[in-house]
Amino acid sequence: MLEVRDLGVWFGDRQVVAVDALDLDKSQTLGIVGETGSGKSMTAYAIAGLAPGMGARVEGSVKLDGQELIGLSDGALRDIRGRRIAMIFQAPISSLNPVFRVGDVFLRALRLHGASKADARERAAEAMRSVALSPDLLHRYPHQLSGGQAQRVAIAMAVALRADVLIADEPTSALDVTVQAEILDVLEKLRAEESLAMLFISHDLAVVSGICDTVAIMYDGEVVERGPVSETLHHPSHPYTRELLAAVPKLTTPEATDA
Amino acid sequence: MLEVRDLVVRYGPVVAVDGVTLSVPAGPAGLGLVGESGSGKTTIGRAIVRLTEPASGEVTVDGLNAFNAKRGDLKADRKSVQIVFQDPDSTLDPRMRVGPAITEALRAHAVVERSAWPARVTELLTAVGLQAEHADRLPHQLSGGQRQRVAIARALAVEPRLLVLDEPTSALDVTVQARVLELIAGLREERSLAYLLISHNLAVVEQLCEQVAVLYLGQVVEQGEAARVLTWPVHPYTRALRTAVPELSETLPAPATKRAEPPNPADPPPGCRFHPRCPLAVDRCRSERPLPREVGGRLVACHRAEDSLAETRG
Amino acid sequence: MTAAAAPTSVPEVRTRGFARRNPTLVLGIVLLVLIVLVALAAPWLAPAPGDAGTATHPFNVLDGPSSAHPFGTDLVGRDLLTRVMYGARISLRLVVEVLLIAGLIGIPLGLIAGYFRGRVDQVIMRITDVFLAFPALLLSLAIAFVLTPSVQNMTIAIAVTWWPWYTRLVRGEAASIATRPYIESCRVLGVSHARILARHILPNSITPVLVQMSMDAGGILLTAASISFLGLGAQDPTPEWGLIVSQGAQYFATQWWFVTFAGLAILFTAIAFNLIGDGIREMLDPRRVVSR
Repeated sequence: MLEVRDLGVWFGDRQVVAVDALDLDKSQTLGIVGETGSGKSMTAYAIAGLAPGMGARVEGSVKLDGQELIGLSDGALRDIRGRRIAMIFQAPISSLNPVFRVGDVFLRALRLHGASKADARERAAEAMRSVALSPDLLHRYPHQLSGGQAQRVAIAMAVALRADVLIADEPTSALDVTVQAEILDVLEKLRAEESLAMLFISHDLAVVSGICDTVAIMYDGEVVERGPVSETLHHPSHPYTRELLAAVPKLTTPEATDA
Repeated sequence: MLEVRDLVVRYGPVVAVDGVTLSVPAGPAGLGLVGESGSGKTTIGRAIVRLTEPASGEVTVDGLNAFNAKRGDLKADRKSVQIVFQDPDSTLDPRMRVGPAITEALRAHAVVERSAWPARVTELLTAVGLQAEHADRLPHQLSGGQRQRVAIARALAVEPRLLVLDEPTSALDVTVQARVLELIAGLREERSLAYLLISHNLAVVEQLCEQVAVLYLGQVVEQGEAARVLTWPVHPYTRALRTAVPELSETLPAPATKRAEPPNPADPPPGCRFHPRCPLAVDRCRSERPLPREVGGRLVACHRAEDSLAETRG
Repeated sequence: MTAAAAPTSVPEVRTRGFARRNPTLVLGIVLLVLIVLVALAAPWLAPAPGDAGTATHPFNVLDGPSSAHPFGTDLVGRDLLTRVMYGARISLRLVVEVLLIAGLIGIPLGLIAGYFRGRVDQVIMRITDVFLAFPALLLSLAIAFVLTPSVQNMTIAIAVTWWPWYTRLVRGEAASIATRPYIESCRVLGVSHARILARHILPNSITPVLVQMSMDAGGILLTAASISFLGLGAQDPTPEWGLIVSQGAQYFATQWWFVTFAGLAILFTAIAFNLIGDGIREMLDPRRVVSR
């Protein structure tokens, strides 16, 4: 469904992304894991078509169901973004305009992509329910929501827009761990019910290994290892992957201490 | 050596810390303070180093009462407890080189003679895993992990008895974090250091602390030996916290709390503060605040602690 | 992994591309340097140094521009080129003195108010507000009127109305820096307040003030010229530009050179200052996309 080939992103003379290949199929979740400077977020922005707006130069190919996205006009991109590709970010409250009620933003986004007023309202309410939030929360302003609630609203918007691909850039990194568990649960259910394809970017290998089917490990702009999660966890081939796995502090499990 | 009794800290009308009692023995020793946002763990750390004034309660370091100390005592007291902050980007003055930054600490407390300062700076830099030439660098010329090391060196310069570490590695990459945690463990042994490690990361706390106190909305809900509390948690919140931690496996952490309005320190629920999200809540929990009592070899503040313990064991 | 990138607050100053990337600043600097050179060289370059003082030439009254007097002469026959050149010395010195005095009063007050907060902050800011409530020019005029009009007293009058702006500016910066972790760690380490203020707060809050000062220079010059124009600043025979304009105003229709050259001097100097101020502001703007 989503095919990335020879993707390169430059800021001036500095190349920050050099991804040879990435693939995402329908109903599949691909995780991109890396530390600071690995280029994982820029890769996501480049795929979503947001990179040129940040002053970056993009080369290569990103195909969505065969349609080339790199080099598309602004108008065509805007149409695709929202309708086919939706994106959620790390700090949801700060990416929502504070002077508008959440519901207004939500409805406007739906109507922008062709829904009628009544239809939009219906779809918004339905989407909120699918992320286990009461539609009443749509009357609130962003600062009146908690981090977890705001993130769920962002996911609901992606669902309501009936996007085929959801790109999630560190969606739970700023949330408490109990809230993170709830959000991951929501994403997992959506994946099953709506056949959502998801690109999940994170520095947290443990989170990615739980929610993703395949994973790509990035270092210094390149993909150094890719494959099914089970393979990568149990039989890592690249030394950096092994370093990452070793560095994650692990909690003792009850089974491990059984005398 | 650190005793905190019934500490209460307010930020205006919000009670951030509501009657917390805990202690840290003389080093080498580590107490972990675990909790999520709104738990008050950072506020406790700040109150201990007197960056925040408490509303009531007692904090004594080696018997010296930190809040009623006179001016001279305050200076001596400042030396005995130091703090390391979370954000490596703002923990050092961007315009001051590393050497002078550490020397500044030495100067503030006349720890050694002026002539011995350069040698001591080198010694401290080496102790935190850096080299002598790092003394000439500016913070922006160092990586995040290196900056945290400098922050630790600065805190250690005044030879504190207790170090408060407020999420010292949360803002670092995981590979860097591993090395800094190793450093802290090493320093602990070398200097018989006692520390209070504030963290939202249970695994980090388990790695570095013998004791742990779990905080929820300003109150201690469970307290005891880290290995025991974190592997076989009793309090429903601790259990939810433990279950929610993602592990390097293909399974997702299962959400273990009931869906309810997120905890708000400005308007905490009556009775047991966790009751709206607690799967074991009964009527009593809605009206009566549970006091800590010994269950399963640790202190638990829960009316249904025994049932919860049975569930964990079962 | 590579070390952290260079900080965004320190702009790259590589001379080769500098002029191309900061044309405003460079133009302003070039202009100002010319004016400074003229001011410095006046005693040697000016045709009639005595004319900047008490000399009078009754036979050359109000002569038009000629080879002997490129800018013409004034109402008592003094060479205007000389007077304008010497005027540069007065104006530049005045601007520097005002900035220095206003800075020496305003910056420490702002640092103390921002760092200590509480009652100290309230008291200082209320005093500052009182001064800020008056339009600068009016207040300068009032003070200059009370003190006997002279360049020195005018300098003091302007400085007294200018310092509150710096206090307010510095207070904001200082207050925000005072809550940063590196300041808190100094307090926990027991570093004295004096040292924290001098070694940490001051260096980190000074940049906006310096930028503001470069932008104020033009305004200070114009204020001084206005005060002298109204007769409350420099007095004859001091060759201050505003005074010359005042003296020549009534002759504008017929002896145009009297007003014009002094007026142009004010104009170009103010432009030079403003270009520098704008240029510095542009250079430090963190939103500028600098392609490496």
